[in-house]
Amino acid sequence: MKNKMLRSVAVLVAVGLSAPVLADEDADLVINEEIEITVRAPAPDHTENLSEIFSGWVFRSAETQAMQMDDFDNPGMIGVESAMADWAAVDGSEGKSCASCHEDAETSMKGVRAVYPKWNEEAGEVRTLEMQINDCRTTRMGAEEWKWSGDDMVDMTALISSVSRGMPMNVAIDGPARETWEKGKEIYYTRYGQLELACANCHEDNYGNMIRADHLSQGQTNGFPVYRLKTASLNSTHKRFRGCIRDTRAETFAEGSPEFIALDLYVASRGNGLSVEGPSVRN
Amino acid sequence: MKHRALTLACAVTLTGAAWAETAPEAVSYDYGAVAESLSGAPGDPEAGRAVMVSRGLGNCIACHEVTALSDAPFHGEVGPMLDGAADRWTEAELRGIVANAKMMFDGTMMPAFYKTSGYIRPGDAFTGKAATEPLPPLLTAQQIEDVVAYLLTLKE
Ligand code: HEC
Ligand code: HEC
Ligand code: HEC
Repeated sequence: MKNKMLRSVAVLVAVGLSAPVLADEDADLVINEEIEITVRAPAPDHTENLSEIFSGWVFRSAETQAMQMDDFDNPGMIGVESAMADWAAVDGSEGKSCASCHEDAETSMKGVRAVYPKWNEEAGEVRTLEMQINDCRTTRMGAEEWKWSGDDMVDMTALISSVSRGMPMNVAIDGPARETWEKGKEIYYTRYGQLELACANCHEDNYGNMIRADHLSQGQTNGFPVYRLKTASLNSTHKRFRGCIRDTRAETFAEGSPEFIALDLYVASRGNGLSVEGPSVRN
Repeated sequence: MKHRALTLACAVTLTGAAWAETAPEAVSYDYGAVAESLSGAPGDPEAGRAVMVSRGLGNCIACHEVTALSDAPFHGEVGPMLDGAADRWTEAELRGIVANAKMMFDGTMMPAFYKTSGYIRPGDAFTGKAATEPLPPLLTAQQIEDVVAYLLTLKE
């Protein structure tokens, strides 16, 4: 009932206003009246230039915010459902499914999203969830790799994220991951392209400000994968990075490139303390 | 008015002939200001207005609010409001700011609109693909002059 009303309010708002609807920046996020999401937190020490960190949810319009409050209204949950089928489906030469080894995702994957990207000792590299999933597919299942931003991959990251919702992001940046983190930090502050803009120009110096019709957030990744209303699809972090760099009239990096993996770790670390939110909803 | 007549007269007498245009790499900045017209010709404030609001050209209102442009949707708030800009700056200073604001404001976020090289991973417009320098400047010499002419109308 409450939800129905919310939805009709959202429709009214959408019809009545052509200008971007400003966010309710003080709103709190509770999903399904059950999962409490930390959308504001003190900045971690390694994020020197911010005192407080905010989820991108805070900067979205009231109706976009509302879509994430109930899984029935969150279009990203369709991806989660579809990944549940993949989770149980046997694929590849070894005759195995994810469930063969990991059993119930809700239990085995709880907390995983919060610590990724993560250093993998055996492989000697920082791995994103996408890389880890493909490693299981190729080396343990004898199955084909999924494309970085393909539906099956993004849906699977949505499933794995969804079972950690409400848990604080806590990626490790010390030890062997440090070098990758430093590289990501350098990219974050580099002014790319003919517009000579760094991530920091928009997401550190100007969050909360409008840039033309867009209300700038801190560009946090705790909400990923993100269901974007504009493209009506779930999006990976690397797809978002690519779009942001392209918009500076620069040559982007490829999805899955060492540069984006480093940036992924660095940006995730700036959000340590915010809750895992994915799949989230943004415009 | 005076400007209009002048532009027209010149256009008539000089059809086909090139103005003495200053190339982007040849512009000389004096404390961020540029004294001479970059195109050699006066600017047209009406054309400048169009450049300011167009997403594909200046897109100045992406970052600046301008009351006189309130008919164009969505003004940003990254840079200062430009109302009264002509009271704060001379024509030469405005030309310098629009051509390359980094000469006036060290490290500013405002893009350099009349510059062709010195970029990190320059791209081919908004395609995300690589481009080779020198790139065409974001605005032509005449478009810069048109924008400057428009800014000079912003008096309080
Ligand atoms: C044959 C058994 C097997 C199958 C099948 C398998 N995995 Fe794994 N998976 C593992 C093992 C073992 C690890 C731990 C590897 C490590 O820590 O290096 C692992 C680790 C992971 C991790 C990282 C967990 C963490 O705590 O860091 C994720 C995510 C994951 N698998 C997802 C999947 C998905 C999704 C599928 C199906 C597409 C899948 N796995 C199929 C055996 C399997
Ligand atoms: C010209 C300004 C600009 C620059 C530069 C820029 N972005 Fe963005 N970015 C945006 C806008 C606008 C959005 C959509 C609104 C928002 O969430 O800020 C966005 C969104 C994002 C989001 C999604 C946040 C969410 O909660 O869904 C991430 C992540 C992001 N940017 C990361 C980056 C990174 C990393 C860089 C540097 C490689 C970068 N951005 C550079 C403007 C920019
Ligand atoms: C990406 C954002 C951005 C864009 C696009 C942009 N500017 Fe700016 N502009 C700024 C910022 C930030 C400043 C403040 C200077 C500083 O950094 O100290 C500024 C300053 C100025 C000033 C001086 C402000 C004053 O005191 O009146 C003028 C004039 C100006 N801009 C004009 C323009 C024009 C004309 C365009 C389009 C051709 C434009 N700007 C496009 C960000 C921008």
